Amino acid sequence: MALDWMAWTWQTAAFFGCIGITLVGMTVWGIVAPQVPRMGILRFETTPGDRLFVSLLGSAFIHLGWLGLIGDPLWAASIVSVAYAAAVFRWV
Amino acid sequence: MEKTFNNKAWFMVLPVVLLVAFSAVVPLMTVVNYSVQDTFGNNQFFWAGLQWFEEVLTSERLHDALIRQFIFSAVILALEIPLGIAVSLCIPKRGVWSSFCLVLMALPLLIPWNVVGTIWQIFGRVDIGLLGATMAALGIDYNYTQNAAHAWITIVVMDVWHWTSLVALLCFAGLQSIPDAYYQAAKIDGAGRWKIFRYIELPKMNRVLLIAVLLRFMDSFMIYTEPFVVTGGGPGNSTTLLSIDLVKIALGQFDLGPAAAFSIIYFLIILLLSWVFYTVMTNYGKGEGR
Repeated sequence: MALDWMAWTWQTAAFFGCIGITLVGMTVWGIVAPQVPRMGILRFETTPGDRLFVSLLGSAFIHLGWLGLIGDPLWAASIVSVAYAAAVFRWV
Repeated sequence: MEKTFNNKAWFMVLPVVLLVAFSAVVPLMTVVNYSVQDTFGNNQFFWAGLQWFEEVLTSERLHDALIRQFIFSAVILALEIPLGIAVSLCIPKRGVWSSFCLVLMALPLLIPWNVVGTIWQIFGRVDIGLLGATMAALGIDYNYTQNAAHAWITIVVMDVWHWTSLVALLCFAGLQSIPDAYYQAAKIDGAGRWKIFRYIELPKMNRVLLIAVLLRFMDSFMIYTEPFVVTGGGPGNSTTLLSIDLVKIALGQFDLGPAAAFSIIYFLIILLLSWVFYTVMTNYGKGEGR
């Protein structure tokens, strides 16, 4: 099946590949070490899947905010996003 | 008793996964691919990087449309949710009048969006519409094609007319699930109408209200057909909401790159707000008593 109409680029393919690998990794982690929801600093229960969702969504907004307020390049936004994701997994 | 786990049951979900992949994931991936490229048609694409995102994020036009969209959704929720609750409390609980009211309430929901837009477009016209002519007879200079405030009032009232019944029907379903014993206990305790509503009916409607708020928020935030048919986004850009602006960029100007970047930002805003609503409402009251 030709996928020309999807207008793939290696950058977007790598981006979706990373998301896919993360989801598979989280699933395997969930099977190997079943986890229970926990109460974090936001005072509601979250599972690792919830924390991944919050991390990805927050990272998207960090990148958009950086692009809108500061501009290219975005590597600093990516560093902030990694720190944000680590904080979410540790405390939320 | 220990629970039995059978992971083969996951295969039952496979058809849904395939369907969602076909109808949502693949188109979303395509939009992401478009957002970083430029095209002049003929399926030829040129790498543009983050140019479209930068352009869209710093565009006054997008900021104005976003502000209008938030105002519209906030007004819709502020009107439809309390009104829907009030209407549901007035519907008789059983008997022939109950069925009559439910059918009557369901009628606006059965009308297609473009027909609703056309109805209100004609209804509001001064020359042939009942609303427009009545306003003119009362000496009110009402004209939704030239006055931005009138255009806003028209599309808000139209949406309230179309969708308040959905909130009312959902709340009515929530009210029906409350056993009579709750009301009897409240009566014995000498609770007044307000206390019955505050401590019995409202908590019992919590779940359906969550669905109503989510549905109405997402629907009003993505609204396109009705305001487009009535005002076409005008006068000027006064009723150009996000989706109307997006269609103008994507189909009017055929700027697929900026339109794709716009779509992704639009999608992320809806995703964030829906998650916030869902999380707040599902966790509401859970921490009490701990």
